[in-house]
Amino acid sequence: MSNVKAVDDVTFSVNKGEIFTLAGESGCGKTTTGRLIVRLLKPTSGTVYFNGEDITKLEGEKLRLLRRKMQIIFQDPYASLNPRMRLGDAVGHPLEIHGLATGEEKQKLVLDVLDKVGLSPPEQFIDLFPHQLSGGQRQRAALARSIILKPEFIVADEPVSMIDVSLRTTIIDLMLGFRKELGLTYLFITHDLAVAKYISDRIAIMYLGKIIEMGSKERLFLNPMHPYTQALLSAIPVPDPKRRRKMIELKGEVPSAINIPSGCRFHPRCPYKKDECAEKEPRLIEVEKDHYVECSLY
Amino acid sequence: MSLLEVNSLTVDYPTSRGTVHAVEDVSFSLEKGETLGLAGESGSGKSTLGLSIIRLVPYPGVIVKGRIKIGETDILKLPEHGMLSIRGRRIAYVFQDPMTSLNPVKRIGAHFVELIRTHEPNTSREEAFQRAKDMLKNLGILPERINDYPHQFSGGMRQRIMIGLAIALNPDLVVADEPTTALDVIVQAKILDLLESLREIYGMALILISHDLSIILERCNKIIVMYAGHMVEYANSTELHKSPKHPYTQGLLQSIPNIELADQKLSAIPGSPPNMLDPPKGCRFWPRCPYAKKKCSSKEPPLIDVGNNHFVRCFLYSEKGANSE
Amino acid sequence: MSKAETKRRILGPLIPRLTSLAKKGPSGWMVIIGTIIVLALVIMTAIGPWVTPHDPTKYHGPIRTPPSLQFPMGTNHLGQDMLSRILCGGSLMLQVSALSVLVCFLIGVPIGLFSSYIGGIFDRTMSLVIDAIYAFPGLVIAIAVAAMLGTGVVNMALSIAVVYIPSYFRIVRSQVLSIKELTYIEAARAAGAKWHTILLRYIFPNVIPSIVVVASINFADAVLTAAGLTFIGLGVTIDIPDWGWDLTSGRALIASGAWWVITFPGLMIILLALGFTLIGDGLSELLNPKLQR
Repeated sequence: MSNVKAVDDVTFSVNKGEIFTLAGESGCGKTTTGRLIVRLLKPTSGTVYFNGEDITKLEGEKLRLLRRKMQIIFQDPYASLNPRMRLGDAVGHPLEIHGLATGEEKQKLVLDVLDKVGLSPPEQFIDLFPHQLSGGQRQRAALARSIILKPEFIVADEPVSMIDVSLRTTIIDLMLGFRKELGLTYLFITHDLAVAKYISDRIAIMYLGKIIEMGSKERLFLNPMHPYTQALLSAIPVPDPKRRRKMIELKGEVPSAINIPSGCRFHPRCPYKKDECAEKEPRLIEVEKDHYVECSLY
Repeated sequence: MSLLEVNSLTVDYPTSRGTVHAVEDVSFSLEKGETLGLAGESGSGKSTLGLSIIRLVPYPGVIVKGRIKIGETDILKLPEHGMLSIRGRRIAYVFQDPMTSLNPVKRIGAHFVELIRTHEPNTSREEAFQRAKDMLKNLGILPERINDYPHQFSGGMRQRIMIGLAIALNPDLVVADEPTTALDVIVQAKILDLLESLREIYGMALILISHDLSIILERCNKIIVMYAGHMVEYANSTELHKSPKHPYTQGLLQSIPNIELADQKLSAIPGSPPNMLDPPKGCRFWPRCPYAKKKCSSKEPPLIDVGNNHFVRCFLYSEKGANSE
Repeated sequence: MSKAETKRRILGPLIPRLTSLAKKGPSGWMVIIGTIIVLALVIMTAIGPWVTPHDPTKYHGPIRTPPSLQFPMGTNHLGQDMLSRILCGGSLMLQVSALSVLVCFLIGVPIGLFSSYIGGIFDRTMSLVIDAIYAFPGLVIAIAVAAMLGTGVVNMALSIAVVYIPSYFRIVRSQVLSIKELTYIEAARAAGAKWHTILLRYIFPNVIPSIVVVASINFADAVLTAAGLTFIGLGVTIDIPDWGWDLTSGRALIASGAWWVITFPGLMIILLALGFTLIGDGLSELLNPKLQR
């Protein structure tokens, strides 16, 4: 029985105030990485540093204090709110958990944050149950819940993929607004590279548990180096009937994580595969300023 | 005569809390070999519209008004057993979720053989089997896998099999309801390319239903934009992209990120899609419309022909002319 | 408050609730009818002692008289008026079943919640023990425990409770196991909530609907088991009118043709159990398919 390495030797850093995106298709490990960072999952090995401090092994009270500074927004607005809790209680619950405010003061903070996310007038929303709200409104409530503690860092796990297209920009703009207002740093997880391009400062592309390319948004989109990144970008639909892009053909499909190919895990599908790719795993190297690739072509 | 003609189609869902007018007064036509995109968000009625074309609207939905003609046949006038020769044969449907649409205890080959021999009983088993193998080849699946079970295939391959089953009897029209929603972007592109190539080989018309406007703009000749059960805009895709007329369409186009543009300014449509049990009076989009006037909240705008085969349901426009007011 | 005022304040919110319940189809009707039956029987038992035509414990008439104008349900072998006994006889049954449901709830639910949330060896062991109890036929366990504890209302309630605690445990456990994996629980953990907060404010409120269903069915079963215990002599021995007791004594009288002594109490027991079952079944249908598009 072998272990499934959902996330394999992933190293990256996120600078204060930036939006760092982990992008990739399903099964690449981006969601797992996000949960590892906020300690919803325990890493098998490796360390996570937050503000210079090793938080990997924190427990108990220290872990709870950490949770005030790190928050997470989930993908499914229909599942991330307790169906039996009124909105006001749900959004204000973090304050209660950490003993930061009660009663009238808590109420005021809740109303204030609901107003900020556009659920206005907030008095109308605090007594509602989740099933009385639309998907977009629920996600706003989830966003409100995540910022009420004024955290420093938020992991946003596909926050708009289950929301109607016309509402996505609203949520994204809210998130960007809070970055300015509260000095937030985001780890944005998505499979939608078009959204990633719109919102990110830096991006890392993941494949089968590894980061295969990473860099500033401009560098990555202008000059995608890894064959997988190139194929991925070529496959994204462009909302223009006149632009018929030629998609880069990739053989086969993403292999199961139980059967990871030897050497470079992408080699069975790679149009530029060489003999050494099946034997040696390439390492992440900096090919140009702030642009890293893991590929034997470089 | 068009391949498919839909006139004033209206579908209602009576529920204990009131009637939902899921599709209201939709009319369009489709020629042989064309691709029509049905774009819209949740509650727009696009799926219901697709299902009504093959009369599979789920209970308690009812088609209350309208006419659907495929070739010479008036679908809504057929008795139920008459539909059996339409479904699968003349109009095929590809459902959204490939995970649950295939029978898990039946081999892939058996799926095809049963389908073929039900509609063409004179086909021998060997013949049907061979046709299935040929189809697998066209789908990009190794023909040797014909005896595999559905769970042995990935999501993308299952969707291909679904498409193969839809095309197996060479229908005139294929309706694909969100065929790529559950799939990753590379697989998605491959599936859409597959649909495209199969269309060219077999010459079918395609109705593509999706909430992803990018896909629709990329792949369809004609586009219908649906909002809250109404057809708000209907035009060729190039025309729609160049000159979107309905404020909803404009808003949608401005809210989708285009990966090929640098420094895009995206904007959102304020508000949210309406509660279909109690939609806004008049034009259903008025609460979210930047150009809404008094008239819009009391009267429903008619479908206006603005020339160039372009139709809009909005008071901003008048027949075949410049903007009014 | 005037009568009209009281009526309006109680019926006011009640009417729309009832109509919406009725609109939900047969399951809504099941709940309404079941509740009416149960309420009627409870009220009847409550006011029974004041409206009986005769004192149910005294010997009024000739023994074993068939139903007549003076004794509309006849008399039993002691000459007691059956109608009066019927009107008052529900109290023991209701007390015992209510008490047993309460005990089951107070014991079965917390154990279920705690065990399934903790998981691991504790949960596995607990489940084994509970399943072992569950495997026995209910009446057998009740008899065994009642034989050990003796008679009396509380003991009867406890014997019955032991039988049904496994049902609560299992329902709660299966609910918790599926809820535990849901995103909003993860969200609560990510916010820093402690385990007891999560159990109490996130998991428990979502488990309540299923518990209510189990409780209703539990009530119905408890009524029948209580009757069964009394039937074999493990019930209460004090001389209060009791449907179960009449059932027992009526059995012997069938041979002599006095069908009314066993029939009417039997009907009452069935009616009470039916009422609870209707509520439980109706609720389970209403609460389960919560996927409303």
